[in-house]
Amino acid sequence: MKFAVIVFPGSNCDIDMYHAIKDEIGEEVEYVWHDADNLENYDAILLPGGFSYGDYLRSGAIARFSNVMKEVVKAAEQGKPVLGVCNGFQVLLETGLLPGAMRRNDSLKFICKTVPLTVENNETMFTNGYEKNDVIQIPIAHGEGNYFCDEETMITLKENHQIAFTYTDENPNGSVENIAGITNKAGNVLGMMPHPERAMDTLLGSEDGKKLFQSIVKHWREKHVVNA
Amino acid sequence: MYKVKVYITLRESVLDPQGSVVKQALHSMEFKHVEDVRVGKYMELTLPSTVENVEATVEEMCHRLLANPVIEDYRYEIEESVAQ
Repeated sequence: MKFAVIVFPGSNCDIDMYHAIKDEIGEEVEYVWHDADNLENYDAILLPGGFSYGDYLRSGAIARFSNVMKEVVKAAEQGKPVLGVCNGFQVLLETGLLPGAMRRNDSLKFICKTVPLTVENNETMFTNGYEKNDVIQIPIAHGEGNYFCDEETMITLKENHQIAFTYTDENPNGSVENIAGITNKAGNVLGMMPHPERAMDTLLGSEDGKKLFQSIVKHWREKHVVNA
Repeated sequence: MYKVKVYITLRESVLDPQGSVVKQALHSMEFKHVEDVRVGKYMELTLPSTVENVEATVEEMCHRLLANPVIEDYRYEIEESVAQ
């Protein structure tokens, strides 16, 4: 399986993402620059965290119009797994691949710490390796992770089981319904503020993020490899 | 040419944490009567007078990029200035 890590000017979690796939999961992975115009060769697309375009205007607002995003939308429409973490989540919201928007954290502070998350839906291609209601330890690092959507959207998120992860104990940023990560309706696009790529090794605090990437690989193998 | 002033604020239904903090700061000074503060953005755009449908153009720019309609409201003023 071959992953693409999209790199925007200002991305800064791209190397962690690459390392997670290459060294911890053991699958193929390549960096893809934001002006690329073809993602046909990749089986899954990863949008890493960081501060694309310096967070000018709004987080993700400028990256959303970069050339590669047309291809990311195409990949999403083809049903390929598309994962956006932190700034990647913000880009997916601005692009409209996921509903809602990000506000500044209600504390107005940039928060960097490991927090417990509850797996709300383990029947997605990103979460099939977890059990429902598993509590996992994943680091967050953001100043704008206060997820918002209107009530109508919230009803559809719940009806379609699009809420993948919630904050377990305290809500660090004020997001509606303690949301930490959501999928699109089809379930092949996941956006999450916490960083699974930073939770790949117990030596560094947690390896609870591994199952997320393993889930993607497992789902892909079952779908694409005969006699998997 | 056209001078366009764009004002962007968080929608009324969206809590504005920056505005709340600024209000508290004003209250801690002598301005205790301040009832509400909303922090927003202000932008100035210059367009040539050859632009057709300037209002529709500005509307589209606001809707697609300058504001995020999920959480933000926008309004704009368009002034036509004649070069001297």
